[in-house]
Amino acid sequence: MIQLKQIEKTYRTDTIETLALNGINLNIAKGEFLSIMGPSGCGKSTLLNIMGLLDAPSSGEVLIDGQQTTHLSDKALARFRNQKIGFIFQSFHLINDLKVLDNVELPLLYRNISAKERTELAKEALVKVGLSNRMKHFPAQLSGGQKQRVAIARAIVGKPELILADEPTGNLDSAMGNEIMELLLHLNEVDGATIVMVTHDETMAKKTHRLVRLFDGSQVNDHALKPMYA
Amino acid sequence: MLKNYFKIAIAVLKRRKFFTFISLFGIAFTLTILIVATAFVDNAVSANYPEANRDRSLYINMLEQRNPEKGYSMNGPMSYHYASTYISTLKTPEKVALGTMFTPTNTYVANKKLVIDLKLTNAEFWDVMQFHFLEGKPYGQQQIANSELVAVISEETKQEYFGDVASVVGKTIETDNVKYKVMGVVKSVPVTMLVSYADMYVPYTASKTNLKTKSYNGMFMAVLMGRTKADLPKMKAEYASVVAKVPPGDAEMKQVISHADKYLESFVRSSPLRGKDGPNMSMLYLVLVVFVLLFMLLPTLNLVNINISRIMERSSEIGVRKAFGASSGTLIGQFVVENLILTAIGTVIGVALSFFVLQYINSSGMIANIHLTINFTVLLYSVIACIVFGLLSGVYPAWRMSRLQVVAALKA
Repeated sequence: MIQLKQIEKTYRTDTIETLALNGINLNIAKGEFLSIMGPSGCGKSTLLNIMGLLDAPSSGEVLIDGQQTTHLSDKALARFRNQKIGFIFQSFHLINDLKVLDNVELPLLYRNISAKERTELAKEALVKVGLSNRMKHFPAQLSGGQKQRVAIARAIVGKPELILADEPTGNLDSAMGNEIMELLLHLNEVDGATIVMVTHDETMAKKTHRLVRLFDGSQVNDHALKPMYA
Repeated sequence: MLKNYFKIAIAVLKRRKFFTFISLFGIAFTLTILIVATAFVDNAVSANYPEANRDRSLYINMLEQRNPEKGYSMNGPMSYHYASTYISTLKTPEKVALGTMFTPTNTYVANKKLVIDLKLTNAEFWDVMQFHFLEGKPYGQQQIANSELVAVISEETKQEYFGDVASVVGKTIETDNVKYKVMGVVKSVPVTMLVSYADMYVPYTASKTNLKTKSYNGMFMAVLMGRTKADLPKMKAEYASVVAKVPPGDAEMKQVISHADKYLESFVRSSPLRGKDGPNMSMLYLVLVVFVLLFMLLPTLNLVNINISRIMERSSEIGVRKAFGASSGTLIGQFVVENLILTAIGTVIGVALSFFVLQYINSSGMIANIHLTINFTVLLYSVIACIVFGLLSGVYPAWRMSRLQVVAALKA
C-alpha cells in the first residue's frame, strides 16, 4: 500500500538546519493497522504528513499503491488525497461554521457527484460512527468524543483505502479514547481499511498489527504485534 | 458546492459583525456614489425629454476664431448673423433649431423675486425638440416674423408665477420689464439638458439685443436634424465645407473653426479632452474608466485587508480542505465566490440606498426639474462594478491563502 524509501526531511531557517527524519524506509501492507510511537519532536507527525502527501520529503520517495508521488502537481496531489486518503487529527479540525452533516460531506465536494448522493454517503458514514442523531448539530454542540467521531466519519465518507490518524485519542479521556480506538479497529477489521496511527499511548498501540518506534528522526524499532488476519 | 460556499460565506459574515459592517458599508457606499453619478451622466447624455431626436441630430455649440500668427483666439457660441447665414441655409438637414444659451432674468411675484432662465429660439426649435405641451402651442414663423412678444413657459414657471390656476394661455408674464403673452406651457426640462433647458422660451426676434451685428460670436447654438440617422455624415460634411469657405468675421482673425458633432462629442470637443483631429471619445471613456477604478480602489484595498485577516483566521479550514482534496485553484474559486456573495449583498444594499438618494435628489429640488432614475443601463453598470469589485478584492487574499502549506495551515 505505502512504500517509503530513504525518506529525509530537513527544516531550514537562515541559521539552523534541523533534521526531522533521517533515512526512513517503511513498507505498509494493504489492510495493515500500524502505529507509530516515539517521544515528542521525534518526527512522528512529520512522517505521517509525508505519507499523507501533506508535506514533501527533502529527499526520498513515497509510493502509494505503487505510484510515485514525488513529482505530482498541486492539483494531482489534491486529487490523490481526495480519492485515496482520509485524515483524522488530534484536534479534530472540524469547520465550526458548518453543521455535522456538511462537515462530513466535505471530501465529497471535491468529487464529481451529486448533492443527493453526497448527503446519502455522509448520512451513511455518520450512522457507521453512531452519530446519526447529531447531523444537524454544529461542532460546538458536541463532546470531544463526538467531534472525533464526526472527524472519523469525514475521513471514511469517501471510502479511502488509507486512513492516517494523528493522535486520534490524544485529546480524549480514556473511556472516549477506547471508544474511538474500537471504531478504528472495526474500520480496519470489518471494512479492510489500511490505518496508520501516531500515538503516545502504548495500550492503544498494542491493539494494532505493528508498531514502529522513532527516535530523533530515525526508525529504531519495527515489530509485529499480532498477525494481520488473526 | 455553491450551496456549501453560500452557507460558509453567511456563517463567516455573521462571525465578525463589525468587519462585516465595514465591508458592506464600503461596498454599498461606493456603489451608491457610482450609481448616483452614473444616473447623472446617463440623464445628461441620453436622448431624454425633450431631445428625443438626438440620434439623428448634430449639435453646433461653438465657433472659434483664430489668428495663428499672433497666437490669439476667440471661442464661444455663435451670433444670430452667423447662424442664420451659414447654418440655417444648410441643405441636408430637415430642420435647423436655433436657440441661445439660457439667460437668467428677474421678475417679481407678490414682492418676491423670481429668477427666470430665458431662451430665445427660432420656430424650428419646436420641431426638432419633442416638447410635451400641457396646454397651448408653440409660436411659429408668423409670430417670429411679426416680432411678437409671446412665450412658452415651463410647468414649474407657471406654478411659481401664476400659482394654482387651470390655464394661463393668453395671460401675460413679465420679466426683465418686458411683457409676454403666454402661448403654451411645456413639461419642465432639467438644467442638465443644456441645449433645450429654460424656464421661458421666446422668439429670437423678441430679443432686446441687436441681432443685426455682423460679429460671428454671440449667444446661439444650433441643432441640425436629419431625416434619418444616415444623414449625419452628410450634414457633417456639408457644414465642414461651408465653414471652410466662411471668410474671417473680424479683421484681427484669420481662421473660422466650427464643427457639427454628435451631442456628447460636441461637449468633448470644447473640453481638455479635445484631440488634434477632434473630440477624442476613446480618451473620454478611458478617463471615465480610470476615474471609476481609482474611486473603487480605496474600498477595494480596505476589503482586501479585511479579507486577508478574515481568511487567515480560517487557516485550519484551509488546511482541512486541502487535506481532503481541495486544490489551490478550487480554494481560490471558493474564496472569490464567497467574496462575490459579500459584494452581491453590498450591491443590493447599495442599489436600495441609491434608490432613496435619487428619490431625495428628485424631490428636494436641489437640481431643477431633474428626474434621475435607476434604469437598466445604470443597473448593468452597477452589476459590472460589483463583479469587478468582488474579483479585485477577493482574488489577491485568496491567492495568498491558497499558497499556505497544508501542515502550516493546520498548525496555525
